[in-house]
Amino acid sequence: MSTTVLFVLVLAGVVGWWLFARQLTGRPWELAQRKLDDSHEGATLAVSPARTGLWVLLAVISSFFALFMSAYGMRMMLDDWRPLAEPSLLWGNTLILVLSSIAFQWTRVAARRGDRPAVQTGLIVTGFFTFAFLAGQVLAWRQLSASGQYLHSNVANAFFFLLTGLHGLHLLGGLAAWARTMLRLMQAGTALGQARQSVELCATYWHYLLLVWLVLFGMLLAT
Amino acid sequence: MSLAVVLILLVVGSVIFHFLSPWWFTPIASNWGMMDTTVDITFWVTGIVFVAVNLFMAYAIIRFRHRQGQRAKYEPENKKLEWWLTVITTIGVVAMLTPGLFVWADFVAVPKDAAIVEVVGRQWNWSFRYPGDDGVLGASSAKLTTPDNPFGIDPQDAAGQDDVVVSDQELRLPLDRPVKLLLRSTDVLHNFTVPQFRVKMDLVPGMVTYVWLTPTKTGTFEILCEELCGLAHFAMRGKVIVDEPDAYATWLAQQRSFAGTQSLAAADPVAGQVSYATCAACHGAQGEGNVLLNAPALAGQPGWYIDRQLANFRKGLRGAAPGDTFGPQMVGFASILDAAATRNLIAYLQTLPDPRPEQSVSGDASAGARLYDTCAGCHGVDGQGIWTSNGPRLANLGDWYLERQLKYFKQGVRGKHPQDFHGAQMALLMGTLRDDRAIADVVAYINTLGSGPAMAAAGTAAR
Amino acid sequence: MAYVAIADRDTHLHDPQTFVTKYIWSQDHKVIAIQYSLIAIGVGLVALVLSGMMRLQLGFPDTFSFITPNNYLQFITMHGMIMVIYLLTALFLGGFGNYLIPLMVGARDMVFPYMNMLSVWVYLLAVLVLLASYFVPGGPTGAGWTLYPPQAILPGTAGASWGIILMLVSLAIFIVAFTMGGLNYVCTVLQARCRGMTLMRMPLSIWGIFMATILGLLAFPALLVSAIMMILDSLIGTSFFMPAIVSMGEQLAYEGGSPILFQHLFWFFGHPEVYIVALPAFGIVSDLLSVHARKNIFGYRMMVWAILAIGGLSFVVWAHHMYVSGMNPYFGFFFATTTLIIAVPTAIKVYNWVLTLWHGDIHLRVPMLFAIGFIFTFIHGGLTGLFLGNVTVDLPLSDTYFVVGHFHMVMGVSPILVVFGAIYHWFPKITGKMYNETLGKWHFWLTFLGTYSIYLPMHYLGILGVPRRYFALGETEFIPDSAHIANESITISALIVAVVQILFIINMVWSTWRGQKADPNPWGATTLEWQTPDTPPKHGNWGPKLPEVYRWAYDFSVPGAARDFIPQNEPLDPKIAPGRDHGVHA
Repeated sequence: MSTTVLFVLVLAGVVGWWLFARQLTGRPWELAQRKLDDSHEGATLAVSPARTGLWVLLAVISSFFALFMSAYGMRMMLDDWRPLAEPSLLWGNTLILVLSSIAFQWTRVAARRGDRPAVQTGLIVTGFFTFAFLAGQVLAWRQLSASGQYLHSNVANAFFFLLTGLHGLHLLGGLAAWARTMLRLMQAGTALGQARQSVELCATYWHYLLLVWLVLFGMLLAT
Repeated sequence: MSLAVVLILLVVGSVIFHFLSPWWFTPIASNWGMMDTTVDITFWVTGIVFVAVNLFMAYAIIRFRHRQGQRAKYEPENKKLEWWLTVITTIGVVAMLTPGLFVWADFVAVPKDAAIVEVVGRQWNWSFRYPGDDGVLGASSAKLTTPDNPFGIDPQDAAGQDDVVVSDQELRLPLDRPVKLLLRSTDVLHNFTVPQFRVKMDLVPGMVTYVWLTPTKTGTFEILCEELCGLAHFAMRGKVIVDEPDAYATWLAQQRSFAGTQSLAAADPVAGQVSYATCAACHGAQGEGNVLLNAPALAGQPGWYIDRQLANFRKGLRGAAPGDTFGPQMVGFASILDAAATRNLIAYLQTLPDPRPEQSVSGDASAGARLYDTCAGCHGVDGQGIWTSNGPRLANLGDWYLERQLKYFKQGVRGKHPQDFHGAQMALLMGTLRDDRAIADVVAYINTLGSGPAMAAAGTAAR
Repeated sequence: MAYVAIADRDTHLHDPQTFVTKYIWSQDHKVIAIQYSLIAIGVGLVALVLSGMMRLQLGFPDTFSFITPNNYLQFITMHGMIMVIYLLTALFLGGFGNYLIPLMVGARDMVFPYMNMLSVWVYLLAVLVLLASYFVPGGPTGAGWTLYPPQAILPGTAGASWGIILMLVSLAIFIVAFTMGGLNYVCTVLQARCRGMTLMRMPLSIWGIFMATILGLLAFPALLVSAIMMILDSLIGTSFFMPAIVSMGEQLAYEGGSPILFQHLFWFFGHPEVYIVALPAFGIVSDLLSVHARKNIFGYRMMVWAILAIGGLSFVVWAHHMYVSGMNPYFGFFFATTTLIIAVPTAIKVYNWVLTLWHGDIHLRVPMLFAIGFIFTFIHGGLTGLFLGNVTVDLPLSDTYFVVGHFHMVMGVSPILVVFGAIYHWFPKITGKMYNETLGKWHFWLTFLGTYSIYLPMHYLGILGVPRRYFALGETEFIPDSAHIANESITISALIVAVVQILFIINMVWSTWRGQKADPNPWGATTLEWQTPDTPPKHGNWGPKLPEVYRWAYDFSVPGAARDFIPQNEPLDPKIAPGRDHGVHA
């Protein structure tokens, strides 16, 4: 649980610092404060609501994975834990996921330039890498099963299948947003239109899931 | 206004209720008197806050209730007042917390000279293990648990051989000696609670937990399970008897050791067949039972149950209650069987074919099915009997016999003896069979049992 | 600064057209709020009936043949889970959160209206899956609302094969619904406030709902994680929580798992859950007290800080539910200390509520009665929490009726009183009609006194040593017969309280239909929701122009002002400004 508590404390620290920076200490009934407040535009963060929403969602997903990692850490301490030798294929998969993230970043830069053809190419490349990653993960599962390491053989295996599976599910969710972006791009004709914001948000999400994967992979390797 | 009056009445009423009601802790019988003190401190601190804040609120409601032309005061905050209140609250909190933490430090640190006793909980009964002369409990595991080794003691472990095993739901402890109770469960969560001892702790399968205490009063107290453990949770009771040290030592010396339970000579079914000749007169040549002679079927019944009932007849736990017409007939027969003869007899009974008694009770089996839901917890979905819950086999036992025994439990003819824990458990559960109609219904349903997969599995296991 | 215009941007996107888009597939936060509330109250009534059944068994054991031990445990499980999650969480956040946030912060709607609509329908799905467990073999789970393994998925407990899976799936669906709603609440509060609405000008209702949502977003994943692992343990045979077990006389294939791991995860969700229910109640009751006492909430800044402190601390106290669970006993020192620290900000809130009444001009209307009733029951429930939070004191009381009395007082009765008070308070705005005052008062008195007569004696049953979750007590040496009389009287009170709720339903239905037309701002409240151009507010809330805010939410009885309240969107009055219109403490 310490992982999760740490996560929450860090989050609370960030939020707390930010709130105090926002002058949660002011007396709203006093004249001086009122004059300041009257000119407030109404939004707290200088980003779009969609981006705010994404950040909050990422905080929720972080809590989810942090709790799984806490559970992993606590369960690992018990006697029957038999560490699993991760298939070396995972290194290749990791590389592919890194490539997909780079591709998305490239697409994002292209979107900022307004370069529609480049965005389209970038999205296709990203999609290719992402599907390749997922296929690679499934392959890793099959390798394990073929060598007699099933989900229920040992709880270390169960955690491995569960964590990789849940990470993959989140990536699938991202691919749904990716598909929607492609659709929007096609509808938008020659311009980027709404696809631009979608590219921005998806890119953030991709980087985030890469980070989650690196942390998970690191934890799996280390134990 | 009426609100303020009611608030005042509620405060005064609560305080009066607190002091006048007869409901308070049962007198303590352990060294944890400090726990009662911490409760008292907490009551005083919180009680004062409860009275003060609520009376102040009631006063404010009276004094500042709306009247024509009245206007509230504009008062965004009062730093000084708020800080004072914070400081006072903190003092109150510290006053409650500090003694609590000191007592907890005592609870965490078990005295070095504490005796060790193991408490094993399983759905829905208690058993106990003492370490024997070596003072060490043998290794144990749920994986090793069988009807012949209910504690799952590792037979290879030398330390376990002299462990004293007690399975009759009675824990005995010596007076004034600190004891560390090691708590173990082989199935689900349970909780070992003796209200007079104050302390309690969960039993968690897969690990060993503990509490320690020093009994300070002789007497008999009840053990309750206080962690939800399934449908008969409320009926998982036991007893703890605190004895003078001498009496305790005498009792302990009379108990069987683990080695003693394991090193018995092999049972001889041929010798058992000879003894059975006496029983056959009533229970039938094949142990199929005889309704005219009021003898239930014996064949197919698990050995541990036959053994226990014969012992119960011998010890007067069964067959001695007023109103039990046929039980007393058994007492004489049971007392001529010693331990070895009993085992031989059981071995013979297990060679007999499964009986198929005639059916004589008519009830609504579909209504009975719903009621049987509760019975299945201990007796199994096919009425096959479950040794961990001490539930005998019900299928093919003879419906007239089941009906009579259920009525006995209902009327208090059976299950009233203070040492008959399983009977008492059954009597408590009889609350779910409200009347004779319900008894007939559930028996009618039991008549339909006896051929399901669980029955087949139990049959294979018994052979 | 493209984000500023967001609040105005999407008004044309989802103008309601037909009956279906207006009342069923509606993206209007107010309609969604009502949908959430009606579903929650509906399923809450099921839970109320279940509690009546439990009380019948406890008050009059061996009387009702239709209640078996399994049924009883199913009643307590479903009652607890429905009340905590599907009623209170959904009602406070999905109901009040949805209705109040956009109106109180001056937004046209939630920032993601489509997702908001999905949220309520996914919530309905969760409720239906939950109720479906009544129609599967074995019925709903009887594992207790804590769903502790191993017992939750083993024979000997009702619904161990089907019921528990449906329960876990339903919870997972609920968490999805909650997350969709929660993203909306957080983002709307942060990003869609109107001009001039700084964080420190927000009403405390919004602060409470906002913080509760954040707690929910971070804590519900713990429940999801444990639900996923328990489903795998049950269906695939993994051993996350399951050690080696002999169940019903048979060896099972599990090995090495830890039931305590589940308890840590469950309570890491479970304790913040208490505050998910309590914080909105704290916030709302602050506003009710202030409006009906015609006085600013006392110590507004302290109240905000206390909400933040309680929210933060609620993540480091979870194991106080596990003092007797068999976890490492040294944890007891840490968790007893953090738990008692939480009493300080909570106590400050109570003081400030009472001090808001002091020097007020108290109108004892129905919402105010409920608000003051809340203070009383919350003081009671909060103080008994100090017993159970303090590890040594908890030991003799844990798992007894003292616990049942405590948590019903603090997170059953108290929040429900706020729910009622809030519904009466905002009823004129929601429906445009006035409720019946007399019926409302009867409803208050019977509910308030009835619940106190239920739960006060329960604490003393607990001190006697009566264990909770017992189908029947049977005979014990240490519990006097008078305890059975207490149980009977508790049952009678409980049944009366349950029946009395019909008064509430009649009042709501009748008044919505035939009530007198209400004034747009009948209480003289300052917050924005009372300043809408239409009552009830139309789609888009504000007509052509968004409101602008010029003052905090509590300008009541400002010295020198003509009326005893000044709405938040009223600019500084030059006649009473600057010298007068800014409070007394410079």
